[in-house]
Amino acid sequence: MESWKTNRAVFWVLSLPGSFWLGFFFLTPLALIWILSFGEKTGIITIDITWTLENYIRALEPVYLEVVWKSIWISVLATVLCLALAYPMAFAISFAPGRWKPLLLMAVMLPFWINLLIRTYALIAVLRTRGYVNFTLEWFWEKADAVLTFIGLEQLELIGARFEPLPILYNNFAVIFGLVYVFMPFMVLPLYANIEKLDKSFLEASLDLGAGHWRTLRSVVVPLTMPGIVSGIILVFIPCLGSFLTPDLLGGTNAQMIGNVIERQFKAANDWPFGSALSFLLMYATFGALAIRSVLSGRQSGMEI
Amino acid sequence: MAELTTTAPHAVRSAPRRRRWFRRNDIGPLEYSRKIWVQLFVGATFLMLYAPIITLVAYSFNDSRRNVVWKGFTFKYYIKAWNNDGLFEAFMNSITIAFMSTVISTILGAMVALLLWRFRFPGKAAYEGFMALPIVIPEICMGVAMLVFFARIGWPSGMPWPLNLSAITIAHIAFSFPFVAVVVRARMSGFNRELEEASKDLGASEWQTFWNVVFPFMKPGIVAGALLAFTLSLDDFVITFFTSGPDTVTFPVKVYSMVRFSVTPEVNAASTLLIVITVIATLFAMKFQAPDKGSAH
Repeated sequence: MESWKTNRAVFWVLSLPGSFWLGFFFLTPLALIWILSFGEKTGIITIDITWTLENYIRALEPVYLEVVWKSIWISVLATVLCLALAYPMAFAISFAPGRWKPLLLMAVMLPFWINLLIRTYALIAVLRTRGYVNFTLEWFWEKADAVLTFIGLEQLELIGARFEPLPILYNNFAVIFGLVYVFMPFMVLPLYANIEKLDKSFLEASLDLGAGHWRTLRSVVVPLTMPGIVSGIILVFIPCLGSFLTPDLLGGTNAQMIGNVIERQFKAANDWPFGSALSFLLMYATFGALAIRSVLSGRQSGMEI
Repeated sequence: MAELTTTAPHAVRSAPRRRRWFRRNDIGPLEYSRKIWVQLFVGATFLMLYAPIITLVAYSFNDSRRNVVWKGFTFKYYIKAWNNDGLFEAFMNSITIAFMSTVISTILGAMVALLLWRFRFPGKAAYEGFMALPIVIPEICMGVAMLVFFARIGWPSGMPWPLNLSAITIAHIAFSFPFVAVVVRARMSGFNRELEEASKDLGASEWQTFWNVVFPFMKPGIVAGALLAFTLSLDDFVITFFTSGPDTVTFPVKVYSMVRFSVTPEVNAASTLLIVITVIATLFAMKFQAPDKGSAH
């Protein structure tokens, strides 16, 4: 790597376009809402910048604290479920035969490239009252009912007089399921990278010394792959916390998360200063999570996401 | 045989438990991928990942509006989607934005990657941190920032097509080119600087060295980055949702407004088409990106 002074012309040609775009079309908008977050709404479209902290204090009102709390527990639960699903996946992929590995990895990654909205829409079709899950359950119910009728137990109504579809869409369950469904690839990748690097002779040593598979997993594999676990948790937790589309489409009227409240401030409620303050609180939380990650996994470079 | 010596105790222990009547080699202690419960788990997880998408695709060919019972194969919803002016226009808008965004973000991203690869300069770590910001901040924050920005600077609206898409395109470039930079940078870290020196020693100018030595090495990274930018732009809903106006609707925004009311086979058909486009672009991107050099993260 050479110093920028050795070839100033090339340096400036390379650096100016990108820096301009980032500065004018990304940092300026962010700075704008940062300033707005200290403003006061004085009319329908007029906002005075009075450097008040009112908007941040308002975020501490019980109504909003409840939303924040809900966003956090939904994200935590979704992250834990992602980890529970992704760890065995990553483990299985890294122990798969060599020619299978890239195929399996690609199979995990492919849904991630498909449009988020389309995937969420696909979930609606699966989960709704007349969706495939309930359709399958109804089929099982009919078969079970037929069996019960055949052995003469239909009068007891053991499984109900008629099939009741499960309410699995438009509630918190659907939101958590949707988040797990959408963000699982984020968890598999860092875990896979870590398990793959793991020296497999540690596992053999542990097994030879008499530990069972569970004990080996608990005392050898998990501690050694901790950096991957931390990375995965944070890579999933951040987008979950800031998610807007999943709770909007899959959640019911009360399944609102921070993202939905922010959206409402900018669209229906038309309170830009408060929405800006909430956006910045969400961003600070994101930076906090990233800082924790870089401390725990000991990486420095910003470009190594 | 070498493997046997290390695995012998387990092989002995598991031998009496073997109840298989067909011939199969013993499963070694570390051959987790051959254990039936691991296979079941992986299978179930893939089923969860793919079942919704596959049913979505399958039912775009279903000859029934109720969408649940299979009534026969048909292409009529593709024709209906094609003739649905709103949907068609939204689709064309999405593709146009994706193309414009891809061209500009690939150029910008490649330049940033070259800059970070070649030079050291004061404040470089901070610069890289700022470049990574569009990748890490929540989409909703960037979306509302763009909404406020274009409203406040009075970005002209009502321009003729495709200029009316400029606000969305600018926003897409802003979050796409750092991704391109990451991908190209990862590719460049595998470049042998001695090739560059050799080229210069042999009398090539800076410019000739770049086009004949550095650029050919960069090319797979640039193609992968461009395809990534293309899918990112096609996929984006949240940021577009905040920057689009009533006459600049993209495909995801259109689908969003349709989904709010009902689930219709036309949406399935159009979604299937978009899935096919993104999957093809992604497969190409993966092919171009050497497996050992960098990844999407």
